[in-house]
Amino acid sequence: MNILVIRAPGTNCDVETVRGIKECGLNAITVHTDKLLEGSIDLFEFYALVIPGGFSYGDSVRAGAIWAAKLNSKLLNSLRDFIDDGRPVLGICNGFQVLVELGLLPGWNDNSTPSVALAPNISGKFECRWINLRVANVNNVFLRYFSKNSILRLPIAHSEGRFIASKNILSILEKNGQIAFKYCLPNGKPADMLYPFNPNGSIMDIAGIMNPAGNVLGLMPHPERAVYFWQLPTFPSNIAAKTYFGDGYWIFKSMCDYIIEHFQ
Amino acid sequence: MRNRGIRQGVLQVKLLAADDEELLKLNSQLNLNLSLKELKTIKKYFQKLGREPFDIELYSFSQLWSEHCRHKVFRGLILDENGNILVDDMLKSYIAKVTEELNYSWVISFLKDNAGLISFDDEYSIAVKVETHNHPSAIDPFGGAATGVGGVIRDVLGVWASPIALIDVLCFGPLNTPYKSIPKGIKHPKYLFRGVVKGIGFYGNNMGIPTVAGAICFDKGYIGNVVVYAGCIGLVPTVKYGFWAKPGDQIVIVGNSTGRDGIHGASFASSILDERSEEVSRPAVQIPDPIVEEKLRRAVIKIRDEDLASGITDLGGGGLAVAVVELADRIGGGAKIFLDKVHVRESNLLPWEIWISESQERMLFSVPKSKINRFLETVYSENLEASVIGEFTRDRWIRVYYFNNLICEVETDFLLHPPKIVRKAKWSKPILVESEFEEPEDYGTLILKLLSSDDICSREPVIRTYDHEVQGNTVIKPLHGFFAGPSDAAVIKPLNNSWKGLVISVGLKPWYSRLDPYWMAASSIDEALRNNICVGGRRIAILDNFTWGNPEKPDRLGSLVRAVKACYDFAKGFEVPFISGKDSLYNESPLGPILETLLITAVGIIPDIRMAVTIDLKASKNPLYLTGLTLPELGGSRYMQIIEHDGGSVPKVDLKISKSSMNLIRESIDKGYVNAVHDLSDGGLGISISEMVLSSQYGAEIWLDKVVSRNINRDDFLLFSESNGRFLVEVKRNFEDNFISIAEKLGAVFSKIGYTLSNNCLLIHGLKGSLIVDLSGDDLRNAWKSGLRA
Repeated sequence: MNILVIRAPGTNCDVETVRGIKECGLNAITVHTDKLLEGSIDLFEFYALVIPGGFSYGDSVRAGAIWAAKLNSKLLNSLRDFIDDGRPVLGICNGFQVLVELGLLPGWNDNSTPSVALAPNISGKFECRWINLRVANVNNVFLRYFSKNSILRLPIAHSEGRFIASKNILSILEKNGQIAFKYCLPNGKPADMLYPFNPNGSIMDIAGIMNPAGNVLGLMPHPERAVYFWQLPTFPSNIAAKTYFGDGYWIFKSMCDYIIEHFQ
Repeated sequence: MRNRGIRQGVLQVKLLAADDEELLKLNSQLNLNLSLKELKTIKKYFQKLGREPFDIELYSFSQLWSEHCRHKVFRGLILDENGNILVDDMLKSYIAKVTEELNYSWVISFLKDNAGLISFDDEYSIAVKVETHNHPSAIDPFGGAATGVGGVIRDVLGVWASPIALIDVLCFGPLNTPYKSIPKGIKHPKYLFRGVVKGIGFYGNNMGIPTVAGAICFDKGYIGNVVVYAGCIGLVPTVKYGFWAKPGDQIVIVGNSTGRDGIHGASFASSILDERSEEVSRPAVQIPDPIVEEKLRRAVIKIRDEDLASGITDLGGGGLAVAVVELADRIGGGAKIFLDKVHVRESNLLPWEIWISESQERMLFSVPKSKINRFLETVYSENLEASVIGEFTRDRWIRVYYFNNLICEVETDFLLHPPKIVRKAKWSKPILVESEFEEPEDYGTLILKLLSSDDICSREPVIRTYDHEVQGNTVIKPLHGFFAGPSDAAVIKPLNNSWKGLVISVGLKPWYSRLDPYWMAASSIDEALRNNICVGGRRIAILDNFTWGNPEKPDRLGSLVRAVKACYDFAKGFEVPFISGKDSLYNESPLGPILETLLITAVGIIPDIRMAVTIDLKASKNPLYLTGLTLPELGGSRYMQIIEHDGGSVPKVDLKISKSSMNLIRESIDKGYVNAVHDLSDGGLGISISEMVLSSQYGAEIWLDKVVSRNINRDDFLLFSESNGRFLVEVKRNFEDNFISIAEKLGAVFSKIGYTLSNNCLLIHGLKGSLIVDLSGDDLRNAWKSGLRA
């Protein structure tokens, strides 16, 4: 029972992403995008697809644009079938940018023109920091182990993560419950665009969104960097709490358990 | 037709009959950067061969005999003013000698390969390399810094290691330097700062290697010459580290195509910056492409794991010329190279340009003939280019062909052995006047001023632009804890199935050079080790990186000899081996020589990362202990700088006191007796205790009359002395007796100076008993986080 983690030149978070998935009891393998495009690897051999972080193709043009164009050229229909079949697709950071470029998020119709975007951070800089996230919706494949409004701590590391969309699209996203997380203050109150709690200037503090069916999630923060207690900035003080896992683990765990429940 | 071919892009140079004046003219015409003695040696060699050299042969010497590649000064004979021998071969007599005498079984390779290697556990080794990229960064800060990072990553790939962490240490002129005080041709520190920081982040972030440790310092001694140190740490299965190349193996160049960028980089790095540098040296700066290097990394690791190559090296300073000759030397033979086989960026490159170009993201491999097809398939599967360009030979000659014409034919040994340099050195102690000044009245304001100064304030605006979390193995981060306080060292957990960790720290005290480079070097070693030990490091290996002025001037060389001598004395004294090092000389500008700078990088291990300790206070009502002896050593200190007073004594290192302090901390961490440890460094006790408070939710109250000191009767000297060998420790109160008994057993100098508080504040009582500092955690944090806005 394998999960597919794809990579492209410049992908650099595949190893720790695979490790995070394996920690949840499923196997994952990393495959170069070229292998998928050549057809020597079949997407449907896998129960889930994860697009990890990095700087695919140097993020030339726009972050994720070239990788998305490559996938779009041969695989878009297979990806849609894959998603319609209920199989999970997770895009982390650069992967989120790719899903948005492909139109698979918000994933409303067959039109592959992006309707939302991840623009350069307002600071104009690459930002690597731990942020607080409030879970906005738990009725999906990835966040089943959290309760609504629970606060997660995950790190971000990107220069293009400012979520933007038109008012109209935002209201549909909200109505559909497609907003997965919002950046917040340490006490859970909305960040309300306040830097650095909202680290990139995302509209409505949006850090991650999903498709209406809840089996495609894109997020800017990196769950694979918050799988173990020793990865957290509260270490070593957190040793006393005796919780082995960080919040990122429960995102992978939710996805893996969903696969076990539905496909095994 | 053959003869004409020889002349296609190849010049024969009239050397045999040239007199000294003509030799020097030739030297400047061809931009060779060789000395007269070297030119005459080359002339004699070709007289022996009985022919005139081709230009490509002279360019080979210009690269292979550069200071950058051969370390001629460190290898040279140094005389004192009277012509007596001061030291012969500093590298051998001081640096390598430490490692040889210590003879640790865990040192796998030192001072010879692309990087130094130490064992990590039974299966893995750690590779470490730190490089300078000062000259290119002064011309093009973004490109220079980025390619510095790229180059040092390839050094680590060049010992088959997978890069797992980066460090960077940067020195600039003060950011507020007036524009009009900057000479023509020199770029403003602010411009350099922005460009360098951006370049480092660009390369490391794109490659996906966490930048976990480093330092930034500012001093007027760097206005004319910026310092950019880039370091990389890698992990390699020990059995995969080796060199198995033999004659007949194919020579393959992999990665970026070769272009005109980076021509003369190695000789440029060994020259002096001036007004003409921008124009003359711009082509010597290379162009960075981290995505190609990311592909190279994947390819190198695959090639390693499948045993597809017999040798590897990076293409760095001096390009193909240096890489081919050095590899040929390692197999004890020579090489045949066909330059027209190299994949190039533009078709009109001259053969000598291909030979010495320093285009980035290229590696050189030796591949057994039987494996060449699988090797190439692996490389192509990562969308990389490769060219088979020749093979190693049994005879010790380097022969270079260009479209079937032999254009270079020189012996390997001769190419690697420039004539020994003989130089004079002198050092005279600077005459410093002890200035008298009143004790300050308002210590609270003074502490806040120091905390917010560019020298001490949080490096957050820079650190946040570097990805320090990628790869998911960063345990102690450069900014750690809830308030993102400063860490003394970074801890990495490189293996999934082991709790063992790697501890990375640096020591940098260049401003003490003005007082005495000997104690500057000693203090840098002491600080690097203490930073490492603070978080739980031990079994430490160190690296030296010198950045100095023109060694042809006796005073520059004199201070260098003093610093290198201290490296022997104190590395030996602390029993830590040097595993790698590099020197960057000729850092001069119209403003004079650079502030003499030595970076010490320390790499230790921690048996279990779960016992790592950070600087933030963890509870209230715990005793605070200060170890080590506080002396009136304020020369070059942050305090003296901020109150603008010269003079004072340079901090010295007392091996006995420092070592007992270090052993006390190590043992207390092992036994779990301590909650928080921080070393005393820039700004002394006053700044260290402030940093511990601002990093945590708890507070501290200390009494200066409890500090163990000698010859001090003033609060400011107690608070801001920068004496070495000192740590500040939060001891768990129920283990206080155990802590004391270890300290007594080790003969450590120590005293209890106060307690932790439940309120997040800092209270300091002066010698007269009155409260001289009363600041809240927020006051401290706001000041500390307010600086470094460029």
